[in-house]
Amino acid sequence: MFVGAIFFPLLGATISGFLGRWIGDRAAQWVSVTCMVLAALCGILAFLEVALGGHHTVVPLVTWMDVGGLEVSWALRYDTLSVVMVAMVTFISTLIHLYSVGYMSHDATPARFFAYLSLFTFMMLMLVTADNLAQLFFGWEGVGLASYLLIGYWYDRDSANRAAMKAFIVNRVGDVCFMLGLALVFYVFGSIEFETIFAAIPQHAEDRFGGVRAMELIGFLLFLGACGKSAQLGLHTWLPDAMEGPTPVSALIHAATMVTAGVFLVCRMSPIFEVAPTALGFVCFLGATTALFAATIGCVQNDIKRVIAYSTCSQLGYMFFAAGVGAYQVAMFHLFTHAFFKALLFLAAGSVIHAMSDEQDIRRMGGIWKKIPITYAVFWIGSLALAGVPFFAGYYSKDAIIEAAFAAHSGVGTYAFLCGILAAFLTAFYSWRLILLTFHGEPRADHHTMEHVHESPWVMLIPLLVLATGAIVTGAIFAPLFIGEHEHGFWRGAIVNGPHNHVLHAMHEVPSWVPVLPTIIGLSGIALAFLMYVFVPSLPHRLAERFHGPYHFLLNKWYFDELYDRIFVQPAQRLATVLWKTGDAKIIDGLPNGAARLAAGVSRGAVGLQTGRVANYAFAMIIGLVVLVTLFLFRA
Amino acid sequence: MNWTLALPELVLAIGTLLILVAGVLPKRETYFPVCMASIGALLLTAVLVLAQGEGSAFGGQYIADGFSRFMKVLALLAAAVGLLLALDFNEKERIGRFEYPVLLLLASLGMLVMISANDLLVLYMGIELLSLPLYVIAAFDRDNGRSAEAGLKYFVLGALASGLMLYGSSLVYGFAGATGFDQIAAAFNHQHGVSAGVVVGVVFVIAGLAFKVSAVPFHMWTPDVYEGAPTPVTAFFSAAPKVAALALLARVLYDPFGDLAPQWQQVIILMSLLSMVLGAFAAIGQQNIKRLMAYSSIGHVGYALMGLAVADTAGLRGLLIYMAIYVAMNLGAFAVLIAMRRQGKAVETVADLAGLGRTDPMRAAWMSIFMFSMAGIPPLAGFFGKLYVFLAAVQGGLWLLAVVGVLASVVSAYYYLRIVKVMYFDEAAGRLDDAPASLGVVMAAAGIFTLAFALWPAPLVAAAQSAAMALLGG
Repeated sequence: MFVGAIFFPLLGATISGFLGRWIGDRAAQWVSVTCMVLAALCGILAFLEVALGGHHTVVPLVTWMDVGGLEVSWALRYDTLSVVMVAMVTFISTLIHLYSVGYMSHDATPARFFAYLSLFTFMMLMLVTADNLAQLFFGWEGVGLASYLLIGYWYDRDSANRAAMKAFIVNRVGDVCFMLGLALVFYVFGSIEFETIFAAIPQHAEDRFGGVRAMELIGFLLFLGACGKSAQLGLHTWLPDAMEGPTPVSALIHAATMVTAGVFLVCRMSPIFEVAPTALGFVCFLGATTALFAATIGCVQNDIKRVIAYSTCSQLGYMFFAAGVGAYQVAMFHLFTHAFFKALLFLAAGSVIHAMSDEQDIRRMGGIWKKIPITYAVFWIGSLALAGVPFFAGYYSKDAIIEAAFAAHSGVGTYAFLCGILAAFLTAFYSWRLILLTFHGEPRADHHTMEHVHESPWVMLIPLLVLATGAIVTGAIFAPLFIGEHEHGFWRGAIVNGPHNHVLHAMHEVPSWVPVLPTIIGLSGIALAFLMYVFVPSLPHRLAERFHGPYHFLLNKWYFDELYDRIFVQPAQRLATVLWKTGDAKIIDGLPNGAARLAAGVSRGAVGLQTGRVANYAFAMIIGLVVLVTLFLFRA
Repeated sequence: MNWTLALPELVLAIGTLLILVAGVLPKRETYFPVCMASIGALLLTAVLVLAQGEGSAFGGQYIADGFSRFMKVLALLAAAVGLLLALDFNEKERIGRFEYPVLLLLASLGMLVMISANDLLVLYMGIELLSLPLYVIAAFDRDNGRSAEAGLKYFVLGALASGLMLYGSSLVYGFAGATGFDQIAAAFNHQHGVSAGVVVGVVFVIAGLAFKVSAVPFHMWTPDVYEGAPTPVTAFFSAAPKVAALALLARVLYDPFGDLAPQWQQVIILMSLLSMVLGAFAAIGQQNIKRLMAYSSIGHVGYALMGLAVADTAGLRGLLIYMAIYVAMNLGAFAVLIAMRRQGKAVETVADLAGLGRTDPMRAAWMSIFMFSMAGIPPLAGFFGKLYVFLAAVQGGLWLLAVVGVLASVVSAYYYLRIVKVMYFDEAAGRLDDAPASLGVVMAAAGIFTLAFALWPAPLVAAAQSAAMALLGG
């Protein structure tokens, strides 16, 4: 069961990847779906046993490397933290596999797609069940690879290739920090096994490295690594571009699972972050800033998937600042509920795109809600959950985050609280802007497209309905376990809160206006969206003209891409051109080419000696003889 | 007088005369049976050599030991295979006359005498007995201008080399007072320092032998003669006489002049360096494949001389192993070249091999094996040949030789691999005729040896080891 949950996806990937050519596309698809279903069953059983039954366990597999003082083994660490992820990843991945059967039905190479998708799932599971940092890093890089392959899945599109490379390269920046953090952990603790590290934290808490507290430095480095994967401010630029991949990919990787790996990492390393208050404060600050920043951009984007992508970025910010105030459980809870409703939103968006003949621009949609009622309904549910409207999943987790930020009573906590409130308002606004522009109003698509608008097949709708159910109920069901009164018996030490950290307790005792505020804010955001896009449809246009500067600032995503292009890409390209033109073409190639030319010249010279005249030959012999005699005499 | 010790030579000499008579008497063409009888005589001699005792005869002028046994067997086998290669070719070229095998037998007799020589005069006699038939068979296709030219060039330059060697011998005799190797060694043993006359004499003798193995700078005849002579003659030239001459060179240098080793080492090192470098570079531009093989053989002699230059048992063992492997892969490669005919007409440029990989995959595969082996690519035999001499050179402190050897083999890899590339990747220039059975057998035997040496190197290495010990008395 424990092993099966992890390795069934690998089996599926292997079969559809390597044998897909022989067994045919349909067989490959259904084999990988079956493997995922089995994995999901194992995952849910494991969840029942480990999280609810309370049997934390480690399943050793094999020794990976044993070099000097470094010993690393492959092992599956099953505690509540990892099993929550395992269950969630396998469950959602199964639904997305199923959805893909319908979505990719017109694709040329579905077997390849399913192989990548299953491979990604396997890597993600390796990441979350890692028993040491090396294995975690293996999964970390593995999901990066799978993400690269999937974003660039349509490799004949230039934009997809660029996006894939961008995602990979930006992630590398984070990975470097992760590796440095990993090395520092090994330097300080002499081990990278979680068990050993966590047990040794008290001895090493005050260790210094280069004049800085080692724990703070480790915290910073690991968090910077997490920033890459979780698209936090600064390293977020790849996420919106990653929407070039097929929509199920966006749903699985860039909403539900991979991007949350950073949050998972911070929670997994909670014992270290608990003794690194400065690093934790930084986590909080950056998370809050990202939450607000991404929400502002989301308000003006016009691509349906990009709006949801920025929304993801923003929600990840929420998770980080929850972790940053010490409420890791709350972060994990939001991660969990978010996975459901964000996957739902992406898949629903995919369904819309499917219906609109691959149109993604919301300015060319509208007036289709009657034609695709189920998609429309689940879109509403997803948005309600996202906006944190009461009794939907997001309400429980997002409110808890904002309460925790308030209850932290620290400087960054208050900053995070304000950002969170503001972002919640914007979230509600852009969600309904999206719904209203997409589904309502006059049809803005051309006649031909409108005729073809149709509801998706059932193989796509069933996952949508399951996820919609999840988006409604997971909050209410799991809130007591994750963050409520059963919290202690649920986590059982998988997440560590320091002795001074009472935020989980304090968040239940905030003034009564705090829990109500997000709801009011959310509803007013919805109201504003209705005002602007239903009652006074000319308002957005006038606003855009009136506030021309700010509007373009947001539309161009705070000019981050342009800035990076100027600072990093162009100088790197210039340097690369110099190295290529002179370094490689002239010097490196010059050596072998020159040697070859020299050899050819020597060859011509040597052949030239061969005149064909016997007299010359005899002369050469005599000269040679003289040389040899001379040599002999001088040595003697 | 213990003349029975020289039984192999006596049997071969008498057999040659009998075969000559048997070839002359009948009215009809006797080429094929004479060839078969000659091969039989060579093999019989080889068996007798294996059964030969050890010792010296004819007043110490003739010596038989482990070293001579190894070299004689190698030379006889090379000669027999060389004759086998000519079997089909000569008939197709209308030069299938019975004198050819008889001349080869006489040359082989000369080789045996050389290898067993323990006296400067016997040495000279052996060399002349080898050379005179070679001059004739180089020009054996006498109606062909190029073949005649090759024979004549070889003769003129060979006469010069013989003269040099005879002059050197007389100088040595003048200073040592004897021509026997044992007496010469004894004479130089008691002298402190060597006079210039002896030095000149030794160098002249070395030059005469270096001419036979075509070491630079006495190689000038090689490309012209290799190209002009009929291909089976070229094959023969490149194998058996080189074995005999190297054996003689080793014996002369180690036996009578062993005490002068520090001096003559320099000469051998220089010749080895020049041969390796010239063999590598000059072959690059060659279009005629026989000319290419000429330079290739010059390069290989350079590697063999490297083993000689080390002047110890390991070096000599390396030399012996190298020669054995070289003879095998060289004859194999020549079997492929001799089989190169298009519509009955012999062709001999590299471009004619184009597309052989498709038209005759088996032959192309054998050729690739020989070429890879000559380039020294593991796990083929050629790699081990180079390995043993390089090891000896490095252990003997001759770093320069080893480094230049490795670099030269990199350069030479170019033209060996070019042949492989032409066979497999170039557009076919037209189908080559099928190879006759005799050549197929040689290709397969040499190919299997080249492939399998890595698996069972022990017999050859052990034989070479004991031969080297016999000469150096280690």
